[in-house]
Amino acid sequence: MAQRGIREYDAKRILARHIERFSSGTVSYQGKVALVTPEQSIEALSKELPWLKTEKLTVKPDQLFGKRGKHGLLLVEVDYDEAKRWLAEKMNTEVTIGNSRGKLTHFLVQPFIELAKEYYLAFAGHRDGDYIHFSTAGGMDIEANWDKVTTVSVPIDATIENVELTPILELVRAEDRDALKNVVTALFRFYRELHFGFLEYNPFTFTDGEFLPVDTVARLDDTAQFLCSEDWGDVEFPVPFGRELRAEEQYIKQLDEKSGSSLKLTILNPQGRVWTMVAGGGASVIYADTVVDLGLGKELANYGEYSGNPTTDETYAYAKTLLELMTREKAETGKVLIIGGGIANFTDVAKTFDGIIMALEQYAAKLKEHGIKIYVRRGGPNYEAGLAKIRAAAERLGLDMAVHGPDMHMTKVVRIALTDLTEVA
Amino acid sequence: MAKPDYVLFDKKTTAIVFGNQQAAVQRMLDFDYLAGRAEPSVAAVINPSGGRREYMKVFFGSQEIMIPVYNTLEAAVEEHPDADVVINFASFRSAYNVSRDVLMCPTIKTLAIIAEGVPERQTRELIAVAQQQGKWIIGPATVGGFVPGAFKIGNAGGALSNLIMSKLYRPGSVGFVSKSGGMLNEMANMISLNSDGVYEGMAIGGDKYPGSTLVEHLLRYEANPEIKLMVVLGEVGGRDEYEIVDALKAGKVTKPVIAWVTGTSAKIFPTAVQFGHAGAMARGAAETADAKNAALKEAGAFVPSSYDDFGDLIRRVYEDLKANGKIEERAEVEPRAIPVDYDPKSMRRPTNIVSTISDDRGEELVYAGVPISKVIREGFSVGDVISLLWFKRRLPKYVTDFLELALRITADHGPCVSAAHNAIVTASAGKDLTAAVASGVLTIGPRFGGAIDDAARYFKDALERGLTARRFVDEMKAKNINIPGIGHRVKSVQNPDMRVKLLEEWAFTNLPKHELLDFALEVEQITTAKRNNLILNVDGCVGIVFVDILRSTGIYSEEEIDEIISIGTLNGIFVLGRTIGMIGHYLDQKRLHSRLYRHPWDDVLYMLPKEDEVLKYRGSD
Repeated sequence: MAQRGIREYDAKRILARHIERFSSGTVSYQGKVALVTPEQSIEALSKELPWLKTEKLTVKPDQLFGKRGKHGLLLVEVDYDEAKRWLAEKMNTEVTIGNSRGKLTHFLVQPFIELAKEYYLAFAGHRDGDYIHFSTAGGMDIEANWDKVTTVSVPIDATIENVELTPILELVRAEDRDALKNVVTALFRFYRELHFGFLEYNPFTFTDGEFLPVDTVARLDDTAQFLCSEDWGDVEFPVPFGRELRAEEQYIKQLDEKSGSSLKLTILNPQGRVWTMVAGGGASVIYADTVVDLGLGKELANYGEYSGNPTTDETYAYAKTLLELMTREKAETGKVLIIGGGIANFTDVAKTFDGIIMALEQYAAKLKEHGIKIYVRRGGPNYEAGLAKIRAAAERLGLDMAVHGPDMHMTKVVRIALTDLTEVA
Repeated sequence: MAKPDYVLFDKKTTAIVFGNQQAAVQRMLDFDYLAGRAEPSVAAVINPSGGRREYMKVFFGSQEIMIPVYNTLEAAVEEHPDADVVINFASFRSAYNVSRDVLMCPTIKTLAIIAEGVPERQTRELIAVAQQQGKWIIGPATVGGFVPGAFKIGNAGGALSNLIMSKLYRPGSVGFVSKSGGMLNEMANMISLNSDGVYEGMAIGGDKYPGSTLVEHLLRYEANPEIKLMVVLGEVGGRDEYEIVDALKAGKVTKPVIAWVTGTSAKIFPTAVQFGHAGAMARGAAETADAKNAALKEAGAFVPSSYDDFGDLIRRVYEDLKANGKIEERAEVEPRAIPVDYDPKSMRRPTNIVSTISDDRGEELVYAGVPISKVIREGFSVGDVISLLWFKRRLPKYVTDFLELALRITADHGPCVSAAHNAIVTASAGKDLTAAVASGVLTIGPRFGGAIDDAARYFKDALERGLTARRFVDEMKAKNINIPGIGHRVKSVQNPDMRVKLLEEWAFTNLPKHELLDFALEVEQITTAKRNNLILNVDGCVGIVFVDILRSTGIYSEEEIDEIISIGTLNGIFVLGRTIGMIGHYLDQKRLHSRLYRHPWDDVLYMLPKEDEVLKYRGSD
């Protein structure tokens, strides 16, 4: 629950629905955008959106990454047939963007816009208000040209109408100022009232009364869903590029969405020998950190957490998923599983451990076969009972397990586990 | 004595808890007791959706106490002006509205927001309001924090065993602040294992825009002479830790700071990772944990090489301070022993019955706090006694006069009305006094005598909604409801009910304002124009005048008056009054040696169905 990126397609679609309201009719935006996916071809879309066949088009991936031109993933000023050919060629191909490798699955198609002038406009929140960043030198290298960006801050409790926009407006020709003022004012109100965390148009241009954005980057504050679900419409929060969810991650995500508790799982390295199952959003990060800080980052198999007093069943499902993943491939030198956590505020430790024990029972044979050592450290309500139960289960099942309570420093088990692991190697 | 600005919570701080959070309140009180507080730290609870439960039963030590529960913030704040903290457990949907109202209350200094998922814009608006009003916000998305030995917010500190293990019942020398609420207990434990313990621990919450920031709390700790060293647990994402760097560089923070920023593992993730907390995502190199740790170290903070060494480093800094005489040895304090509620042997068993009107355990009987000797010697009237036992206060004399007037007027209405009739029939059957009175009382209800409550309720509601008398009558007709308190079997405009005239007369003479009665008389004008027996009857008049009286006292809010009506108080007047008459009728029949009553045949119309009509539905078995 935080600021999350949305597709350019959604950002533009939402803007088209609301711009008239936020500009009191002084600014229009046609919102000609189409989203082509493996399930939705440009051909199918062209029946609903005739402009796809009549106008010159721009086509680009819409998967939360920028610098598409530099990666050769930008097609401009083409007709329908050319766009269709290019889409067929690029769809479902794998590309590398920065450190991420992933499949191209979503493309934005919009009319090609001839730019006489490339403007830059962005809105971003800060503690006391919101920044309006504007530049007449928009385009690809805005970061390099940041000294040409003019910034105005709107206090959180001020209305845009009461803020002096002159520093921005005087950057354009006198006859364009009213039009620009209308654009900036409307878009700011749109950004603020629809709970965007960040909204950037780079580049864009405008005529008297019409707003013409080329590229858009937007993040919504997803916690405002309960206020904005109608205004946002059916908006999608895609995972970052290259982070396509594995089946197990997808499963935990679904579990998380249905639960009042929090259950998270990210697989970092399925061949990794260090697996963690840690309670608590804060503690789970620290366990992962410690593995990295102690020099075994490349062995860290996963990041994940369970918290907010999950039920026994939920903990069982979560633990089972992890144990299944870690017993798929054998490592000659064995593996370690760290069942960690801080001192809980109100999570019932014994209750969550019941779920973990059920999973351990199911996977006991495999765990032994794979030479997996388990390290437990936990505190909080009912922890004595929880630790006693898991200790008894380990004895009964013949598992190699060390159990510690809050008298041991929280991450000490990481050090012990990693020492054991490297000594074996 | 006013608290210094840097103290948000001390041993005398009391809080109002927003939300029906029995477990959290009990945990706060356990902490209070353990810490040796004289009074519980929870002054009141607000349960906006709650019924009309007036109290929450909780334990302070082994003693069961009741904390008042209010429906509204205004009422709680007005009744408890000394409470300067609100702990807001409202959900993310309503956290903003509740918090805004709280920040506008002049008596509240600090607000803790527990909810996770408050929209960032709403939090930022709250921060602006707090700044204008000079208030502190802890949270959102936090469990809160604690000042060992003095006060704790809600569930912070966890279970009783943890309070003892981490020595949260007495102050140490370390001020610590973290983003993560989940790490609060862990950190407190680590600090208590490596120093003389926590002086104050706050978790500001993992949101991008916490209501108060890490550095704001550090500056408070800097100003507090009891705090000798400070511990910070920061987090990847955001720039808050750089404010600490600036404060260190500017010499605004001079006490030793031991800091660690979590999220160093983010660098091994293939894409930017959003950890469990909303704010925990690095946007740009400066927001990474490594960069922040390096900057803190460079500015003079003690920064371990990993969290694993955090405890050792705290110990080293603490021992150095002690060796240099900067920290004096604190005498160890024993926590007060506290029974736990799941221990069957303990004294701590929730009671099944609560009584707030009388107590016979002491030297003498007490009516609502007033000893019976005082009731008698100071000449309390019957009306006064009713006032004590029904209203838990001695109401003004004109009110108790009215109660007595109502009793006199309702005491009896001849032998033919249902209650008296039943009492007579039962007495004639040879039954005893209680059976006769009970059989009469059982007839009191919506059609007989029991319209007092309903009359008061309907008329009051109509007046409050600003209806005219005409609209009210039309509305009731549309709903097909007979107006309670209107209409009599025998009496009419031409043959008025003297009792009603007497009640009206009393009201006109004794009450400066009688709005509801005036309204009822307007209604009567309209109803009697339709039929002459649709007059304001005695039930209606008692109920309506009593509402005017309650209003005139200035003691009760409209909600409280509604409650007095809804729980049946006004019908009580009729039941009590008429009991006098029923006892009279019973005694009368006994003296007359009346014989078993048999209703005469000729007073019954017999209309039975034919035999074959009745049997034809069965067929042959």
